[in-house]
Amino acid sequence: MVYLMIKELSPSSDEVIIVTSSLMKDMNSKTDLYRANAIRVLCRITDGALLGQIERYIKQALVDKNVVVASAALVSGIHLLQSNPEIVKRWSNEVQEAVQSRSALVQFHALALLHQIRQNDRLAVSKLVTSLTRGSIRSPLAQCLLVRYTSQVIRETASGSQTGERPFYDFLEGCLRHKNDMVILEAARAITELNSVTSRELTPAITVLQLFLSSSKPVLRFAAVRTLNKVAMTHPLAVTNCNIDMESLISDQNRSIATLAITTLLKTGNESSVDRLMKQITNFMSDIADEFKIVVVEAIRSLCLKFPQKYRTLMNFLSNILREEGGFEYKKAIVDSILILIRDIPDAKDSGLSHLCEFIEDCEFSYLSTQILHFLGNEGPKTPDPSKYIRYIHNRVILENATVRASAVSALAKFGALVESLKPRILVLLRRCLYDNDDEVRDRATLYLSALEHGSQLEDKDFRADKFVFGSLDVPLANLEASLQAYVASEVRFDIHSVPKDAKAQPYAEKKAAGPKKPAKDTAMPVAANELSSSGVKSTDAYEKLLSSIPEFSTFGKLFKSSSPVELTEETEYEVNVVKHIYPGHVVLQFNCTNTIPEQLLENVHILVEIVEGDEFSEVVSKSLSSLPFNSPGQAFVAFEKPEGVYSLGKFANTMRFIVKEVDKDTGEVEDEGVEDEYQLEELEVLPSDYFLKKAVPNFKNAWENLSPEFERVDEYGLGVRENLNEAVQAVIEIFGLQPCEGTEVVPANARSHTCLLAGKFVGDISVLVRLSFGIDPQKQVAMKLSVRSEDQYVSDAIHEIISGA
Amino acid sequence: MEHSCPLIKNVLLLDSEGKRVAVKYFCDEWPSLASKLAFEKSIFAKTQRTNARTEAEIGMFDGYIVVYKFIADLHFYVTGGDDENELILATVLQGFFDAVSLLLRNNVDKRTVLENLDLIFLCIDEIVDGGIILETEANVIAAKVAMRGADADVPLSEQTISQALATAREHLARSLLK
Repeated sequence: MVYLMIKELSPSSDEVIIVTSSLMKDMNSKTDLYRANAIRVLCRITDGALLGQIERYIKQALVDKNVVVASAALVSGIHLLQSNPEIVKRWSNEVQEAVQSRSALVQFHALALLHQIRQNDRLAVSKLVTSLTRGSIRSPLAQCLLVRYTSQVIRETASGSQTGERPFYDFLEGCLRHKNDMVILEAARAITELNSVTSRELTPAITVLQLFLSSSKPVLRFAAVRTLNKVAMTHPLAVTNCNIDMESLISDQNRSIATLAITTLLKTGNESSVDRLMKQITNFMSDIADEFKIVVVEAIRSLCLKFPQKYRTLMNFLSNILREEGGFEYKKAIVDSILILIRDIPDAKDSGLSHLCEFIEDCEFSYLSTQILHFLGNEGPKTPDPSKYIRYIHNRVILENATVRASAVSALAKFGALVESLKPRILVLLRRCLYDNDDEVRDRATLYLSALEHGSQLEDKDFRADKFVFGSLDVPLANLEASLQAYVASEVRFDIHSVPKDAKAQPYAEKKAAGPKKPAKDTAMPVAANELSSSGVKSTDAYEKLLSSIPEFSTFGKLFKSSSPVELTEETEYEVNVVKHIYPGHVVLQFNCTNTIPEQLLENVHILVEIVEGDEFSEVVSKSLSSLPFNSPGQAFVAFEKPEGVYSLGKFANTMRFIVKEVDKDTGEVEDEGVEDEYQLEELEVLPSDYFLKKAVPNFKNAWENLSPEFERVDEYGLGVRENLNEAVQAVIEIFGLQPCEGTEVVPANARSHTCLLAGKFVGDISVLVRLSFGIDPQKQVAMKLSVRSEDQYVSDAIHEIISGA
Repeated sequence: MEHSCPLIKNVLLLDSEGKRVAVKYFCDEWPSLASKLAFEKSIFAKTQRTNARTEAEIGMFDGYIVVYKFIADLHFYVTGGDDENELILATVLQGFFDAVSLLLRNNVDKRTVLENLDLIFLCIDEIVDGGIILETEANVIAAKVAMRGADADVPLSEQTISQALATAREHLARSLLK
């Protein structure tokens, strides 16, 4: 007991001396128990100096015949490794001996200590593992440790080589048949966590886990379900066998198990089982706690995105649970899911909006009401029948609290602005709001009324009030806020055009629609409504906004595709990357430039583009960047015209021309005179893949049947010698830039043949479907059969030309 | 990234209202007493309604895996990290549970435990040392604890701390004189 006390107290160094000598005596006493505990205590309270003195005893104890003593010494060693690694490393010989000991626990501890000592030496660890896998391990705990080390070794060796054979895989599989459940579980988990594991290797592990699913002990069930859940994220097909067992687990007593079972089923379910699952889940939802419910809701959302046809059942389910009791986080999760579904599945918009309308009639959280009202305001006018939503929104104006009323007024006004036929009725409704109690509501009503009634008449330097009020903000909110703060402090009149459009394709932050933005005093510039964020904002939207704000590009039409940024410089003074924007008849190159030299300020930056190859391009517009200070990125643009509907390839040589001015780092002053300079950039290619937009198709077979064979073209090509099939497949997918469907981009290792399905859209919104069949022969020659179907013969031909040219 | 050695984060023994009887923490994830109490309160609240009397139950809370068992008016909990092997935790729990039953001669209830608190703490100490599992066999644990308890001259649990240090000094003096 004293030992316990001393450990807890961990006295300071003066008092330690008293105790230490007593303890050292104890270490040599006859009672083994005292020896063991004395060692443990000593190791806890000593520091490095004293450790040297007692080291001799500890070394003896490590190989002591008595199990307890040896264990104590080993465990103390593990702890001491943190603080005094060198001393402990000297004991490695004794520890090695201890590993061979006959006692189970000593083996376990010795193995742990040895591994810790040798952790950084990969070779030593793998030697250790090799010797032990052949030898006999007695304790299940030691076996578990060994499994973990083995998987570590596999992970480290696999990162170097590409062999299909795994060195210790057989050992792991053998462990699956061990007597002790602990080892089986550990081995199964290790197998599932091996990276790039194939389904063949997974099968024995999954079989074992399936057996656990029906065990009587909750611990086993939980462990099995959790592991299967992790596997389902990467290999859903492998887990489908266990679906039946998992369905019975939904009604399990333990709520964690039940939730895990449901989420796994949702990940691995296919279309037919969705209906059945939904029925079971409805009963289940009332039982579980809020945090589990949120997990289930998110799983349902991903399921719906995977099977868009099933949106009706899932949407009904979501709206049902929305009506029931629940906390704020839970309801917020449901609302977010519905919003995402509406956005991604156009068919679901109508029913989704009606569900949301019914919800706001009875919602107790004003945050959610305002969010939904704002969303309705944006999306409602675009539906075929907007007037039915007006009733819901108007009810909110009358019935709810101030924040919700304000938001409802905004939503109504948007309807009025965007739908001409409803405008007079909206005006009537808005006039009633002028008598509201709350000043925010009155302000907004006044603003919208004047904008709607007179907005179309105010033609002030191509500024239209209604467009401004109801359109979206062109400038990032952060910049606007900064400018407004500066304005409040100064006397200068506020001009929205002076706010820097520091466009780095910012996704807009999510803001509550109810957050009041007080209009700036003494000016006529009211601040427009905030934007609702889309949690999956596509950067094409952001690029589109940026490009459409530049007047020269507004005539180009709708942006088809923007490529990802391509670096044109290495790690040098000026960093430039380029984004290629494809329009139906033009190509715009956006050069994002950053100046990383603090002593320089660049002005009048423009990019000189020379066409090396590509006769069909002709330069139309070049926009330069007026100023590029240190570390703030800017954009310069060059636009080319090209024949419409044709995929033109080209190569461009780029030079950056600018005037460089010295900046005094300390004072920030800029010199008046500058020097002209130019900087060579790398060449840029416009590839065929730039013209294709990736678009996933859920059911390839249906889509293939729908496209007529009239514009089909089939041909065979030889791709030469490749390392393996996977390399060939990936190369072809990259050339096309189309979206692989139904997981066909994954090629099983050592496969001799593979079929890959690609889908996408060509410029001009022409759908394209490609079916590729690959075969590799023993001499590693790859042959490919390419069949294309599209809505235009030109596109089908184009696909073949790309391949024959590549 | 899994660590190599299975680590236990804490071992808790709570009563039927969720108040502490005997607890021991082996890691720094709950630095203050307030956070420790908050953790105990939360897992008690979440496991209160389940029935873990016949079989050990398991749950995942706040990113930790907790294995627990109830007997009479006591709740036993063993906590590990979320990538821990659950069966290892269950074995530890079982060992702890059985050892306590052996030591208290099968009268496992709150009163007996409070009377023999020293044995309980010794027990926990013998099972886990600084987070590393020392022993899982209930017989061995009980034997070690019993031997220690019987061999002490005075029941040390009734002494104050300075008296305990004085006893240690006495031992030293005695051995020098021998």
